[in-house]
Formats: sequence, C-alpha cells, structure tokens
Amino acid sequence: MSAVGLEATRAARLDSRRARARAVLGQLVRSASFDVGAIIVVFWVVDAIFWHVMVPQDPQALNPLAALQGPTAAHWFGTDWLGRDVFSRTLAGATSVLEIAPLATLLGIAGGTIVGLVTGYYGGAVDALVMRLVDAFLAFPLVIIAVLVLALLGTSEITVIVLIGVIFTPVVSRTVRSVVLVERDKEYVASARLRGEGDWYIMTAEILPNVTTPIIVESTVRLGYAIFTAATLSFLSLGIQQPSPDWGLTISLGRQYLQIAPWIVLFPAIALATLVVAVNLVADSVQQVMAR
Amino acid sequence: MSELTTADDVLSVSDLSISYRRRARAMRVVSDVNFTIRRGEAYGLVGESGCGKSTIAMAVMAYLADNAQIDSGSIRLLGDEVIGARAADLRDWRASRVAMVYQDPGSSLNPTMRVGRQLAEVYRYHDHVTWDKANAAALSMFERVQFADPRKILERYPHELSGGQQQRVMIAMALAANPALLILDEPTTGLDATVEAEILDLVEELLRDIGTAALFISHNLAIVSRLCDRVGVLYAGRLAEEGPATEVLRTPRHPYSIGLLNSIPHWGATKDHLRLLPIPGDPPAIGQIPSGCAFAGRCAIAQDACLTAPPVLAPCEGAHSLSACLRRDEPAALAEVAAKNMVADGPGPVATPVRISREAVVEVTDVVKRFSTHGTTLTAVSDLSLTLHQGEILGLVGESGSGKTTLARTIAGLYRADGGSVAVGGAVERSRRERASYLQMVFQNPDTALNAKFRVARLLGRSVKRLNPGLSADERHAKVIDIARSVKLLESHLDLLPGALSGGLKQRVAIGRAFTGDPKVVVLDEPASALDVSVQATILNLLVDLQREHGLAYLFISHDLSVVRYLSDRIAVMYLGELVEVGPAEVQVSPPHHPYTEVLLSANAAAIAAGRPRIRLRGPSPSLANPPSGCRFHTRCPRSLGDLCRDVVPPMQNAGEGHQYRCHIDPTTLAGLQSSRPEAS
Repeated sequence: MSAVGLEATRAARLDSRRARARAVLGQLVRSASFDVGAIIVVFWVVDAIFWHVMVPQDPQALNPLAALQGPTAAHWFGTDWLGRDVFSRTLAGATSVLEIAPLATLLGIAGGTIVGLVTGYYGGAVDALVMRLVDAFLAFPLVIIAVLVLALLGTSEITVIVLIGVIFTPVVSRTVRSVVLVERDKEYVASARLRGEGDWYIMTAEILPNVTTPIIVESTVRLGYAIFTAATLSFLSLGIQQPSPDWGLTISLGRQYLQIAPWIVLFPAIALATLVVAVNLVADSVQQVMAR
Repeated sequence: MSELTTADDVLSVSDLSISYRRRARAMRVVSDVNFTIRRGEAYGLVGESGCGKSTIAMAVMAYLADNAQIDSGSIRLLGDEVIGARAADLRDWRASRVAMVYQDPGSSLNPTMRVGRQLAEVYRYHDHVTWDKANAAALSMFERVQFADPRKILERYPHELSGGQQQRVMIAMALAANPALLILDEPTTGLDATVEAEILDLVEELLRDIGTAALFISHNLAIVSRLCDRVGVLYAGRLAEEGPATEVLRTPRHPYSIGLLNSIPHWGATKDHLRLLPIPGDPPAIGQIPSGCAFAGRCAIAQDACLTAPPVLAPCEGAHSLSACLRRDEPAALAEVAAKNMVADGPGPVATPVRISREAVVEVTDVVKRFSTHGTTLTAVSDLSLTLHQGEILGLVGESGSGKTTLARTIAGLYRADGGSVAVGGAVERSRRERASYLQMVFQNPDTALNAKFRVARLLGRSVKRLNPGLSADERHAKVIDIARSVKLLESHLDLLPGALSGGLKQRVAIGRAFTGDPKVVVLDEPASALDVSVQATILNLLVDLQREHGLAYLFISHDLSVVRYLSDRIAVMYLGELVEVGPAEVQVSPPHHPYTEVLLSANAAAIAAGRPRIRLRGPSPSLANPPSGCRFHTRCPRSLGDLCRDVVPPMQNAGEGHQYRCHIDPTTLAGLQSSRPEAS
C-alpha cells in the first residue's frame, strides 16, 4: 500500500518537476534572441570539442612560404606570419576559452554562493567584515590583480581559472547576499529555527533552494564576463601561452601585422565577439524568463 | 455626444465580461456583470479575493493589465463609453470624472515629492491655475480631509506620514478634481482598527457632503453595510446578489451572501457558545468558472438545475434586491444553508472547553526588548509581565507598533530579551530543541511561512522528524498522514508544492506543522487575518478543535477584537510596548476598561455595526523612539486627567477576577464614566 503510494508520489514529483522545466524551456525556445544565442553557443561548444575533425588543416602546421596570404580558396581566412591557416586556428582557438570560462564561472559561483549565504544569513559583524573586504577587493582594477598573481604564480590554465573564479567570488557573493537577506527574514526560516534546525541546514536546505533563480541568472551573466576576461588575459600575454591558437593570444600577436594582414586579427576577433554576444543573448533571455 | 442611459447614472456597467490571457489561454474572470451607480449613491462591491472586484474597478478606470481583454459589454461613465475610448479622453476623464483610492497608499504616492506639491499638481493640471492658487486649493483640501495641522502636512514627504495620513492624502488627491465617481479599492485594508474607523468616518462624511457617487470595493461586509446604499455580492466573477445594503445584509437571498455573513464572529460571540459557520469547499480556480452556478459545488441547497442553468440575476419576491439563486424565493431553503454548513464542517459546538489549570506554561517577567538602528534605540517591549496558563487561550491585542509581534517572537525564542526573563514550561534556559518540542508558532502569512520549494509531505515530514526523534521512516509517514488528516488536508495535498494550494490550505499546513511535536503552547500571530472571511472561519474553527483535542495553551495575537473576543479566555492589551490591561475576556469587554481598550472596542467594525457608541482617539500615534512621559497613552487618551497623567506613571488598578489595567482612574470611577454612555449591544 504505502510502497505503491511512494511510487506514485515519486512519479508525480518527477512529473511536476519535468513539467516546470518544460515550461521554462518552452518559454526560452519561443524567444528569438535565445534561439540565436543558443545556436551560436552550441556551434562553438561543438567546435571546441570536435575541432580536430572540423579543421581543413592542422592549425599548428607551419608553411613559411605561404605566410601572410590573404583569404583564398585554399586558406579561407588567409594565413598568418608563419603561414598557418587562420580558418583552422580560429576553429581550434575556441577550446581554451571554453575550458577556462565555464570552470572559472563555476568556481566563482560556488565561492560566491557560500560567502553570500554565510554573510547574508549571519549578518552582523561577520557580514560587515567580509563585505568591507569585498569592497576593498573590488576597488582594485582586475588587471592589476591578475598581473600580480600571474607574475607571482606563473601562468597556466589552472591559474587562470582559479584567478577568474576568485575575482568573481566577491561579485557573486554580493548578489547572493542581497537575496539571502530577503529570504532569511521570511517566516519559513523562523519556523525552521523554532523546530531546532541548525544554521547549516537552514542555509543549505531551506534558503539555498529559494535563491537558485538569481544564482542561475548570475551564472549566465558571469559566463559572458569570464570569456571576455580570459581573452583579455591572453591578450595581455598573462593567460594562455604560445603556440596555442587561443583567440585573445592570436589577436595580441597578430596586432603587429594589422596593416599588412588584418585577417589574422579580424577572424579570431569576430569569433570572440559572436561567442560573447551569444552568451549575453542567452543570459538576457534566461533572466527574462526566470523573472516571470 | 453619445446617448445617455439615464441622466442620473454616473456609472453604468452592462454585460461586462473580462478575461486574462495566460500562456495563450484566455481565463474568464468577470462574467456578465451589470450594475449602475446613480448620482450621490455609494455602491459596495463585496467579494473574496479572486472574485474579480478589482478587475472591474480597473476596467472602469481603463487601467486593465496588458494581458486583460474585455470580451463583451459596456462601461458608461456619465453616458460616455469607456471601452475603446481615445487615450486623450480617458486622461481627461480620470480625476475629473472618476478617481481612485488604492489599497496601499504608501506605493501610490511619489516618495520624492512633498505631498502638498503632489496635490497641487492635480489642480495645476486640471484647472490650469497658477502655483499660488493650486497651493491654496491644496491647503483647503487638506483641511477638508481633516488634518489636524494641514499647513505642516503640505511640507511633508510621504514617508514622514503614517499609513492613515497617507490615505487621507490619497483621498484628498482623488477628490481634488471633483470627480463624479470615486472608486475606493479596499481603502482601509492594512490599516489599524482605530485608523480604519477614522478613515471610514471621513469617507462617510465626504460622500454625504460632496454628493460624489462612490464604488466601494471591500471584502468586509461590516464596513460595506456602514457606508453603502446598495451592495453587489460578487462570486467567481458573477454578481450573486444585488440590492439595497440593508436588505442584502439583513435578509440575504443568496446562499453565498448568507455564508459570508455567517463566517464572521458576531459582536459578542464566543467559542463556548457558538460555532462559526464557514462556507464549505473552495471557490473555483481563476479561469475555471463552470457553466452552471459557480457556487453550486459549495452550496448546501443546490439542485440539479443549478449545475446546468447559467445564473441570472432576477428580482426577489417581496424585496428590492436581485439574486442569482434559483431558490431565492424559498425562505425555508435559504434558512437551511446555515444548518447544513454546520454539518459539513463537522460536529457543532459539542466539544467541551479545556479545563484551565493554574500551572503556568509561559511566564514572562519584566521583559524588555530593544532594537537599535542607525543610532536610535526603540524599546519595542518594556517591562512586560504576563502569564499563560495550561489550557488557556490568551488573546493579545494592540495596534501595529504596539510590540505584540515582538513579544510573541521573544516568547518563542526568536528574539533574545534585553532584560527580564521568559520561562517556558518553568525553565528560563532551554536548548533550541527542548523549546521546539514545548512551544511552536504559526505566522500570519502562510505564503512566506512555508518554504515554497518543499512539498507538503516534506514540510510536515521534516517537522515530524525533528520533533519526534526515534521514529522509523514508516512511523513518520503514518504521523504525517495523521497530522494532515487532523488539519483536514487530503492525502493528495501532500504531493503538492505550497504554490498550488489556496491561502486557507497553506495555513492548515502551517498549523499542522506546529502541532507535529505535540507542543504545550502554540503562539498564533494573526493566523487568520491574511485570509478571506469564509476561510478565516474554517481556520478559527480548526484552531478551537485542535486546542480542545490537545488541551494546550494558545497565545493568540490579532488586531481584530471580534475574533479575539470570540476565541480567547483572557485578553491582554498592549499599547506602545506596554501591557495596559489584562483580564478575563467576558469581564474585559464591559466597563471598566482601560481607556485605550475602550477606544479599540468602539473602533471595531462589528461593534459599530452593532450600534455601539464611538469614542475617538486624539492626536497622532507617538513614536516608540520617544514615548510620552507618565502614562504613555496620555497624549491620546479620551479620559486624560491632565498633569497627573502626563507626569506620573500610572499604577496597575485591580478590578477583581484577575482583571488589571494601568490607569490613574480607579475601577469604580472609570466604570461610572464608561457606562454613562448608552450601551447598545
């Protein structure tokens, strides 16, 4: 009897969760800007994983004889100063940024959520202290912190991921803290205290599920920034190192040929721009649908 | 311009149907509504939340939301059609022909502008006068809405005014352009009883003096009966009954009207003598109005014909009112409604009252609770002592800001007292868990009191797990079902998220949750005031049943004196953080009582309806940050003795039978003063 009841309960639960997910997805799909954004993002993600089979030539293959050629039938996007195929390098260049950005975002969201939950929930002295530290941290220009840290620790993909994650943590923590401040004064939290629940349970089991919407929205927004930041660091030669086909790095190195071979910079720049714009389109639509 | 229906009709609404579109589906919220308001007439539109009353008001203002569509019908304002009117015409008509006073004055005023200027702008715009003239007109309008010091109020920003003062400003702004029709959408909901009474007095006077027609929207029948000439009762978007206020309220001809009237405790009713008669069931969900009578599913006297025939308003025999009930002319059938509702709600007033013992379950001694923000310290509760006995229902009354919720939360252990002590079950120091199994709390707003992400089964289950350690999973499951049953939830409700439940069902879950650990004390902070009247009655009945079944004690907080009097064995009254009176319920409502209690009693809508005399408060409510010297009530007291009250803190007077009040006037003198007025109840 009760086992059957439990089964039915579980089925009903799955059902209504799926229904909710389906409703959100349905609304997203109906929005044109989401569709455009999602198609571009999916394209770049597929490319980042399967570029080996998509590139016409090895992106690292040198051909000094064919250096600095403009777009031709053989090299659609032209060649760079070492004669490497720009089209292949542009396709291959998506990988590094799409490894760094999501992982860094995840790290920043996780860190920010924990800091935001704790400061928002406890308030008082803990909150005042941590938030002043956050203010101080945010007062530093991002690039200066990055230069300092990368100079001290040396550059690697891991360092870049951790760095961006750490830089995002205070920003995310502010967003999370502001919603936690609203939630913690609601009576369901008081009622949890009245039945003797511990603080950790209240923060993670009671409050956290109620602040997921702003966290998801923040994640999509942060992802756009992470891509941008990763590219900036590469451009400043603080991130990914040669001979990676990374977009930011390529733009930086190709700069000196801008007047004679603008295609070296142009195509990775366009690729980067489409990805950032696409992520922001998705972020905007998610924000709109979630706000409803 | 266009044809007039009757020269005297200010507003005529005919065959109005309105739908909201949601996810490509049209949901009907107002169906075939007809009514007219004549010049100088006050028309009351009564109904519970979701019945479409505010939608109608918005349609009249042509302020409907983007996803609303008018399916059919017409709205004529002074003969001109509102539906489809040009934007420029509508702009002209708003304020000069029709003006609206909203429920929440705080969000209707511009917070960055002085209120005087906001009012003056109305004159600037409509009468095209100079600022000097507009300001002068604003001043005289503020005098009209009876501000004690209108010149000073002109210079204030909205946040510097109290809720009651803000609502006066809104009324002044609405009346500024001399509209032919004034729409009042729940203008006093959210205000304290005394302030509500003042605002209603003002509205009554203004309507009489100015002769403006009014559409008064409310869920409160007592208020409507006081102010309106005619009343329309809305149910699920249709008018169920319409007619002269006195007739509809005294001899209702529709089972729904009867149900609404039976749901509220009559003045003087108590739980030991009378059981409230709620309407069984729930109203149909928005957009799911059945083809027949929408009320048939909840109606005790429904017949087969009710399910198919669409209800049409028709005249009642021997009366001036119209009713949509097929059995409107069968007095015997209508009389049955009350009796049948009682059966539907379970056994009548048979359960025996709990025996109250001398044992104290909560002992509050000289408790002080302060809050400090931005350098100022408010003493929300000062030196308050109170005892709650085993098996007793203690009602706690006071206006907002009187500290009653702070006291409740301090007792529950959510706040730590800054002075004095709270002993729960005889012990001052208790662990969170010990306190949890002894004392639980039910909050005012079930929407925020239940975690929206948890299903009902988990909401109850978690409480069971925490408060009954040592139960196996199966035992816990059985207990959850048991509790759900005791608060009259169906097993199918267990799988739902709170968002899928109505307000009444949510509050039942919250109440059930409080009872999971068999507590000795439950603190109830306005548990029924966020709910519709018919639901409120169900919840109050449930609370009485549970109290009798478990034999526990309640601390019941409410601003509604009729409800407190109905439920409580003893009543405590708070004013500005102090306990001003405490005593047995039946003793306390007759003289002598503290002058503040006297004012509260006279401001109670049910008491006014019962014809009791009105006593008014003087002056504005003082600030807690800077409470008056001597007796805290002396600045507003109708029985103030002058210097003595101002300078000396009054003693607790003992009026016998455990009845105490804090005043300089002794019981005999006070009783003499207070009974010199005619008692009508």
